[in-house]
Amino acid sequence: MISGAEIMVKCLEAEGIKVIFGYPGATICPFYDKIYDSDIKHILVRQEQNAAHAASGYARCSGKPGVCVATSGPGATNLITGIATAYTDSIPMVAITGQVKSDLLGRDVFQEADITGACEPFVKHSYIVNKTEDLPRVFREAFHIASTGRKGPVLIDIPMDIQENEIEEFVYPEKVNIPGYKPTTKGHAIQIKRAVEAIKNSKRPLIVSGGGVLLSGVKPKFQKFADNTKIPVISTMMGIGVMPSDHEMYLGMLGTHGKRVANRALYEADLVIVCGARLGDRAVAAPHQMSENNTVIHIDIDPAEIGKNVKTEIPIVGDMKNVMNMLIEEIGDYQVPKLWQDTVKTWKKELFRIPPVFDGFVELRTLVSHLSAMLRSKAILVADVGQNQIWCANNFRIREGRFLTTGGMGTMGYSIPAAVGAKFARPTRDVVVVCGDGSFQMSMNELATISGNNLAIKIIIMRNHRLGMVRELQDNNYNKRHSATVLQGDPDFLKIAEAYGIDHAEANSNEEAEEIIKKMVKSDKPFILVCNVYPDTPSI
Amino acid sequence: MQYTLSILVENQAGVLSKISGLFSRRGFNIDSLAVGVTADPGISRITIVANGDEYVVEQLEKQLNKVIPVIKVKRLTEGEFISRELILIKVHCAASKRSEIIKTAELMQAKIVDAAPSCVTVEYCETSSRVKTLIDMLKPYGIREIVRTGTIAIDRGNSAVSV
Ligand SMILES: Cc1ncc(C[n+]2csc(CCOP(=O)(O)OP(=O)(O)O)c2C)c(N)n1
Ligand SMILES: [Mg+2]
Repeated sequence: MISGAEIMVKCLEAEGIKVIFGYPGATICPFYDKIYDSDIKHILVRQEQNAAHAASGYARCSGKPGVCVATSGPGATNLITGIATAYTDSIPMVAITGQVKSDLLGRDVFQEADITGACEPFVKHSYIVNKTEDLPRVFREAFHIASTGRKGPVLIDIPMDIQENEIEEFVYPEKVNIPGYKPTTKGHAIQIKRAVEAIKNSKRPLIVSGGGVLLSGVKPKFQKFADNTKIPVISTMMGIGVMPSDHEMYLGMLGTHGKRVANRALYEADLVIVCGARLGDRAVAAPHQMSENNTVIHIDIDPAEIGKNVKTEIPIVGDMKNVMNMLIEEIGDYQVPKLWQDTVKTWKKELFRIPPVFDGFVELRTLVSHLSAMLRSKAILVADVGQNQIWCANNFRIREGRFLTTGGMGTMGYSIPAAVGAKFARPTRDVVVVCGDGSFQMSMNELATISGNNLAIKIIIMRNHRLGMVRELQDNNYNKRHSATVLQGDPDFLKIAEAYGIDHAEANSNEEAEEIIKKMVKSDKPFILVCNVYPDTPSI
Repeated sequence: MQYTLSILVENQAGVLSKISGLFSRRGFNIDSLAVGVTADPGISRITIVANGDEYVVEQLEKQLNKVIPVIKVKRLTEGEFISRELILIKVHCAASKRSEIIKTAELMQAKIVDAAPSCVTVEYCETSSRVKTLIDMLKPYGIREIVRTGTIAIDRGNSAVSV
């Protein structure tokens, strides 16, 4: 005989899961009792939302679904923001929650929350398991759904008695059969032909790449396509990293907080190839204008994205991996007209401008643009939300590594837990966090997770004593009335670091900061660097 | 523009809320909704009638297709399907008006299914526009209560919405 809880562990093992992130409680205790004996590493975070963010960071850096676990009621509701964040960024994740006993469901007993109901708009799919026998099928389906098609979080809610009941034997299903779930992965051959024809006929084609290119693991192919054809590339925030920042045909991030040259390229292109991006309002503020100027080819795994925000002439539904192969094959040795290549090269010179320096402060845009060179080439930079995020997005000179941030939801507090997940997925890479003083305080409780697991994560806090990005909004749109954007009563972050036993330092100039960074990247321990930045530094 | 969607779903808990949620969360109203099991007891059919422009309908179709237990979504083509709804109307009916009401019902091919000293109940199974006509005709007598189902619809001829 085998219990539901043992089955849950065996399912995770069968999926090849090595690390999970979670927080226990009464209704998930049967599972925790079994995971205790398993080789799967359980990382105890300090708040459930961070378990989801850590699972997200893990998923993004390992390419496999991240797993987070919480108890029923408040544990489950704490997960929601993390699940919603993963959903908008299409991150593969399986969230497991304990639930009150089946016969108590619906009676509002202690720690009962309708978590599948509450998460409905934020999950790709969810299950309430009502028979122990169903567990293997549900897990098999959940991992399949989370990691195929347009990726996303799947929630499995498991009442305590289902975890406790025993059944005869454990068999993990080899195949899944979900009649309503058959994502299209192969691009339509005729559409590919049409797309290539349009590219060959255009004078100024441009690629807009989104997170989909990274999620489908097609980066090398994508770069080959761009290199061979010389089609210039711009990216959304989620797409940063598809091209090395210093690539001659790469013009940076588009959008309201993006690079002027990227937006200019979008405006002047006569053909836009959108790859795995939804083009929300922060990326393209006036989508109708965009489609007036240019023909749009939109490649996405999710048919619902095509034509949603931007009018599309040539839709291609499919996995970027297959579509890229087909495009490379079809396009042969075509190259973009010389004139357009030259225009792009002149624009490229304007991409990184040197901002003014204020005495006694660290100029963060400059620091971030020097950061990459001080790290190994596959470094992972995790940015939080706010001005710090925009500075990183626009100035980090990414090479072969990753840039992680939450583009869809913009959830403050993401960076530290996401870095925890990233470090577990890629223990040998440099993992650096850049966060604001506001966002740091939304997840600084995870310093315990970092310290407890001796994770060599380097955290750079940009201290401006304010919620900079909102304050900037108030400066521009609300008559400089700084309602609730001044951070009063903040602690001494160095003492906080000290309390967690984490090495730390403070910098008031770029020279100082760079000196410290060079030292801190050499150590195999965590580090906190507090950078005092000039408070009125604009986002862009 | 009014449109009719025929949706086949796996017969499992929570599907209906997922589907109705798609409409309400995007701020779209549903005019009518009917659910019933198909020849395969594991599969139910949901028929939805709603209003929206082409963009909205297309988006909804795509979003519905993304719901995992949704197996198939088809927008029925205007004029190429048969639709019915069932209505029960309790009409105020003084003795002096009884024969008039019976005649109206007969004219519309509706059935009187119950009678009491001061009211009759009319049953009608028709397209929603004919149902509306009947309601309009009975209104002057005083309607006490209306109970109606959502519209159900089926393709004309050989075509069928099946898995
Ligand atoms: C959870 C959450 N709450 C509120 C916001 C709104 N918001 C966006 S940026 C920002 C300010 C961030 O402040 P800080 O972390 O200090 O970064 P800065 O802009 O100063 O660099 C706020 C409050 C958000 N994005 N997420
Ligand atoms: Mg700040």
